[in-house]
Amino acid sequence: MSVGLNAEKQGTGQKAWEPKILVFACNWCTYAGADLAGLSRLQYPPNIRILRVPCSGRVNPQFVIRAFQKGLDGVLVAGCHPGDCHYSTGNYFTRRRYLLTKRLLEYMGIDPQRFQVRWISGSEGPKFQQVVTQLVEEIKAMGPNRKMRDPE
Amino acid sequence: MKRVGVFICHCGTNIAQTVDCEKVAKMAGGLPQVAFSTDYKYMCSEPGQQVIINAVKEHRLDRVVVASCSPRMHEPTFRKTLEKAGLNPYLLEMANIREQCSWVHQDKEKGTAKAFDLVKMAVAKVLKNEPLSRSSIPIHKRALVIGGGIAGIQAALDIADAGYVVDIVEKEPTIGGRMAQIDKTFPTMDCSACILTPKMVDAASNPNINLLTYCEVEKVDGYVGNFDVTIRHKARSVDMNKCTGCGTCWEKCPTRVASEFDMGLGTRKAIYTPFPQAVPNKPVIDRENCLYFKTGKCGVCQKVCPTGAVDYTQEDRLETVRYGAIVVATGFDLFDESVYGEYGYGRYPDIISGLHFERMINASGPTMGKIKRPSDHTEPKTVVFVKCVGSRDEAKGKPYCSKTCCMYTAKHATLVREKIKDSQAIVFYMDVRTPGKNYDEFYQRAVNEYGVQYVRGRVSKIYQSHGKLIVRGEDTLLGRPVEVEADMVVLATAMVARGDAGELARKLGISYDQHDFFTEAHPKLRPVETHTAGVYLAGTCQGPKDIPDSVAQASAAAAKVCALLSREEMPTEPVVSAVNEAVCSGCGLCISICPYKAIELKTISERVHGKTRERQVASVNTGLCQGCGACTVACRSGALNLKGFTNEQILAEVDALCL
Repeated sequence: MSVGLNAEKQGTGQKAWEPKILVFACNWCTYAGADLAGLSRLQYPPNIRILRVPCSGRVNPQFVIRAFQKGLDGVLVAGCHPGDCHYSTGNYFTRRRYLLTKRLLEYMGIDPQRFQVRWISGSEGPKFQQVVTQLVEEIKAMGPNRKMRDPE
Repeated sequence: MKRVGVFICHCGTNIAQTVDCEKVAKMAGGLPQVAFSTDYKYMCSEPGQQVIINAVKEHRLDRVVVASCSPRMHEPTFRKTLEKAGLNPYLLEMANIREQCSWVHQDKEKGTAKAFDLVKMAVAKVLKNEPLSRSSIPIHKRALVIGGGIAGIQAALDIADAGYVVDIVEKEPTIGGRMAQIDKTFPTMDCSACILTPKMVDAASNPNINLLTYCEVEKVDGYVGNFDVTIRHKARSVDMNKCTGCGTCWEKCPTRVASEFDMGLGTRKAIYTPFPQAVPNKPVIDRENCLYFKTGKCGVCQKVCPTGAVDYTQEDRLETVRYGAIVVATGFDLFDESVYGEYGYGRYPDIISGLHFERMINASGPTMGKIKRPSDHTEPKTVVFVKCVGSRDEAKGKPYCSKTCCMYTAKHATLVREKIKDSQAIVFYMDVRTPGKNYDEFYQRAVNEYGVQYVRGRVSKIYQSHGKLIVRGEDTLLGRPVEVEADMVVLATAMVARGDAGELARKLGISYDQHDFFTEAHPKLRPVETHTAGVYLAGTCQGPKDIPDSVAQASAAAAKVCALLSREEMPTEPVVSAVNEAVCSGCGLCISICPYKAIELKTISERVHGKTRERQVASVNTGLCQGCGACTVACRSGALNLKGFTNEQILAEVDALCL
């Protein structure tokens, strides 16, 4: 595991490597939290791309694996706090799948820290900022994800 | 070949200052299958929408991507625009380049690159979009109100006045709820019974309202517009049609037990109505205490009943009724004050709760409105009130404020001073909170005109000595200990959720918070709705409230119900799960994962090698499905997919980002 840790920067003379991170955000809490972060002009690194899903429970671990396979450096799944799910129980499934997916990624040779799950409510703009800033820093420290990338 | 149109919004300078909108539009124009792209200052404005409509017609676009603000803001706007342009509204995708890009990043180069990425993802998704259409479900024009307190009565009256039939289910033998137990109401000192009992009678005599007292909700099936509710009619042992409420039976009944309505301060018979103004004024037999049911030997009430209404053979009866909407108004319980051992509640009879005091001071209560010490029935001269018993105490009680205690304590103290001229009323408090119309004036009057003494500080111990209750506390304003010799102590106990709130929430499929109060859909903008469509909240089942707030919320809930029932049918969201029957193995894993019970197994017949065979597959009820998509992940064979967020759409977005 943690193959990316010692990875050098890509090539020489090129721009410094910047990680690309996919965020699956549930429509009701985290997407609203990201909107609030925007509304409050809370700055965070531009490395994340948000993909809106109705519920964090909609995120199939296959999507996560595909993202790593296609060369993304990190994936965050974020939804409502347990107990606050718009659909009552969706994020409980997320929580269970998260643990299993982490094990699977580890087995596949991907640092499981590249995949994270966080609970961010619609009123937690500052938390959204803090979570993604920290995530970007962590992934930067790990370096690019090489293991599952398609051969170029 | 699909023809996508991409529209980049400047949002004035909100987007344009960090994102080079023209450049993004130009780059988007180079994406495969994008037939047209442009940018405009305000895409959501009337001329902006016209840009989209014109482009759709001129360039024969069949899909649209708008890169602007959050879809939570303007997705409905642009869906309508597509409709006006003659396209299916679900052939739209939005890229959020304001909240997620221009507002949170400063670097224009990076911002532009990110905005283009977001546009690419949206284009990739929209290429996989299919036209979706809303279906509609019929609305059954009948409402159910659970709980017959003031909130339930008000909601039922408002719904009935709008012309709809409404049933009130009340577990007690009478409606009236907590308000019926109260003597006077702050801040006007209106007699509670004088304003409540006419409303109870109104409810009973309204032809559109059915009172189902001594009944409980057993089971709730169905969904908005079509709830099938099973109601348990508990055996009253009295035939409601024959009984005239003459009262002969309860006069002759030999069994006396503590009255729940009087908080145990008075007694009632085994065949009883909770209080004289009960509606309906017809008794029930409490089978746990009735001699006939315990020993089989009494039967007095049956013998004396002039109409032969007493029927010992009655049994619980279940009835299923269809409703279009449900209002939950189940009210509150009181905090168990015996948790505070140092206050001696339960150990010393002269330490009572606020609701005990209400019964005591009530003219139709156990002491006929006289304030008497429960221990020796003498008039107390010094009465101490302790506020926040259970409220605002994370260690032993509840962290929240119970909202009404400050006011009812001021009311009680005023009444003590009014009824017992040479008395002393002392209130120990942490804070005095009086937000409400004429509330602070009421409190000031208690202090200035009635001479109620307020001592700021918590009470640490109450114990008995020589027939007096010694209340020890601290005056934190003067910074010294206080000791009061009191004749009676009244504890202002916290409002807590009903003990069975969680059970009812599970039956209804609504959520509840850590204190078991039912949760509203949005604390500010949807305060009477729940996350379950068609189920509304009123009164203290949602959190501590006083009477005006409960009544206001009840009327609000009624307005929501009427808006729903006024329609013949309602459109459903098309973002629902769909089953690929060819792939479904009928394992049923999705059934257990669905929080809305929207999936069932059905039998289909198909021809295989010339033979007809039957097998089971999952089937989604689109009226119940809320579109969370949890089932799609659980499905092992990948037979379930969520329309609008299909696996193909999401993977297309992921791929677009990775390119």
